Amino acid sequence: MPRWGMAADLDRCTGCGACVTACHAENNISTVGPYQAMRGRAKHWIRVERYWEGEFPDVKLKFRPVMCQHCGNAPCEPVCPTYASQHTEDGLNAQVYNRCIGTRYCANACPYTVRFFDFFNPEWDKPLHLQLNPDVSLREVGVMEKCTFCVQRIRGAEIQAKADETPLKDGDIKPACAQSCPAQALVFGDLDDPESAVSRLSASPRGSKLLEDLGTQPAVTYLSRQSES
Amino acid sequence: MSRPSDSQINSDLLKPLLHTSWRFYLLVAFFGAIVLFGVGTWFYQAYHGYGVTGINWPVFWGFYITSFVFWIGISHAGTLISAILRLVQAEWRRPVTRCAEVITVFALMIGALFPIMHLGRPWLFFWLAPYPSERLLWPNFRSPLVWDFFAINTYLTGSVLFLLLPMIPDFAVVRDKATGLRKKIYTLLALGWRGTPKQWHRLETAMSIMAVVILPVAVSVHTIVSFDFSMAPVPMWQSTIFGPYFVAGAIFSGIAGLIIAMAFLRKFLHLETYLQPVHFENLGKLLLVMAVLWGYFVFNERLVTYYGNEPAEMAVFWRTQRESFAPLYWTMVVCNFVVPLILMGIKYTRRTIAGCVVASLCVVAGMWLERFLIIVPSLGHKYLPYAYGIYRPRMIEVIIAGATFAAMTLLYVLFAKGVPIISMWELKTPEHEPGAGHAPDTQASLGEVRP
Repeated sequence: MPRWGMAADLDRCTGCGACVTACHAENNISTVGPYQAMRGRAKHWIRVERYWEGEFPDVKLKFRPVMCQHCGNAPCEPVCPTYASQHTEDGLNAQVYNRCIGTRYCANACPYTVRFFDFFNPEWDKPLHLQLNPDVSLREVGVMEKCTFCVQRIRGAEIQAKADETPLKDGDIKPACAQSCPAQALVFGDLDDPESAVSRLSASPRGSKLLEDLGTQPAVTYLSRQSES
Repeated sequence: MSRPSDSQINSDLLKPLLHTSWRFYLLVAFFGAIVLFGVGTWFYQAYHGYGVTGINWPVFWGFYITSFVFWIGISHAGTLISAILRLVQAEWRRPVTRCAEVITVFALMIGALFPIMHLGRPWLFFWLAPYPSERLLWPNFRSPLVWDFFAINTYLTGSVLFLLLPMIPDFAVVRDKATGLRKKIYTLLALGWRGTPKQWHRLETAMSIMAVVILPVAVSVHTIVSFDFSMAPVPMWQSTIFGPYFVAGAIFSGIAGLIIAMAFLRKFLHLETYLQPVHFENLGKLLLVMAVLWGYFVFNERLVTYYGNEPAEMAVFWRTQRESFAPLYWTMVVCNFVVPLILMGIKYTRRTIAGCVVASLCVVAGMWLERFLIIVPSLGHKYLPYAYGIYRPRMIEVIIAGATFAAMTLLYVLFAKGVPIISMWELKTPEHEPGAGHAPDTQASLGEVRP
């Protein structure tokens, strides 16, 4: 059984936002328009956090792509009264939309604030409604949604590998964000396979987890910039 | 003042039941209209989606959960206070118990509505209940929300029993006085009460059992409500003090709610003979004790956080202490601590009903603010600065939260029309009670009411 995880190399991240766009397209994430976005209703399963450090003109700009960390010990899971948020055997923090009744407790418990609530039924400006991904279910009003590590791609690749009777190879599965990252800052794979790219990157001395002290055991490792390590 | 005779008690307390003035219809129409408007607003929200409220990313809980905790807190007025007073055999409780127990039942019913109203998909609320479903799934028993569901249902069931049991002898009195349809209804409600010694004995036994049983239930309910917060890794939420802190706050606001309700009853139903200043004074003393206890808990919580100096917690700490939430925070401290301490600490103001009511109004407002200040500043200021946010309630939430106060008043008015709001047999009890009354020395030590 694999244990899926990701490594994000902050030295490579240019903050371009391709991952955000790709994620929206792949996962049928509806856009809410500027007014609702201003009111805090925007949904970005992955976001590029920008932090400025220092005083002008001596300013440093830092980027950090943040998505669901798929915690091994996820605070969102025990609080859900209906098992909408639960752990899969392969280490994914799954969100079952049809079970969700919208208590939003998971979103409060999540220290990374990477869970998003559907305040309205999804809508797309024409012609965007024609490009919806048939592999990903739409979410109706009143449920929580979040990064799935593109579970539809994982399951698709697993089924294909089984049909072909070949084992899954490292790099066979790429979530939309990792696939579209021009600098290849995001690497996805099996953390239980010591030879996989993500395992080797995660073991790097540059690696650290986000808010590690909270004991959430995230599956995402951030590699700090060389200049700082 | 001499003790009213039994026939006097009957005629005074049955008057609201048997005679209806135009003012009753006006009250019902007024509060009923507000409640209907609130219900309509809720349908509007359910139809258009949760986006019509001010809830946003990252402040996912706001007015509704604040009001939920507030009303569950108010519900501790009755059953808990009346059970404690029954157990310590405080004789002055007799005219107070029923108006307190009614608050419990209605406040619980209203409070329990809020978690449903706040759901993204409220039509699926029954998924919290464990029943054999086509989904082949139980609720997640690890979730504090499921504990809430059970705790509130248990408390509601217990409180309804606790309220209904001592109403049986009074129903029998109404049955004997009423005619027509009303007689039939009260005959049914009185459950064949004849007032035999055996029946009195059983009622007393049942009440003693319920008074003991309801206490741990009441304490657990608000502890579990506090778990909704303290079980999540959110700065300033994860606190070991939340259980007792919430229970103390609940009793605090409950007493305040009771004092306000009693003052209105006394005024509108002309119950000056029964609800005397001494009752307000005694409840005022309880309010004073709880104000001090509340102050102790808040001081404790704040000081420990300050010395712990955990960065994420300190951000929320300063936010409430001297940044954007400071005006609300210090209003809360004044309302919950300074005002009741002064008004209830000084004998002169404690002995006036106006003093008690002013202090209670402050406490009710302050306790609502307390819950708001626990929920919103923490959610808007979790760990990652990128995800900081603000919350402003929208009109929808204000209307719905406000309408529940009208709902409480409406239910109370309707109840006082159907049931004697003061337990009649308990006022007359020394004649009836097979145990020949309670020990007179406890009576004296807890403040003599009836000369």
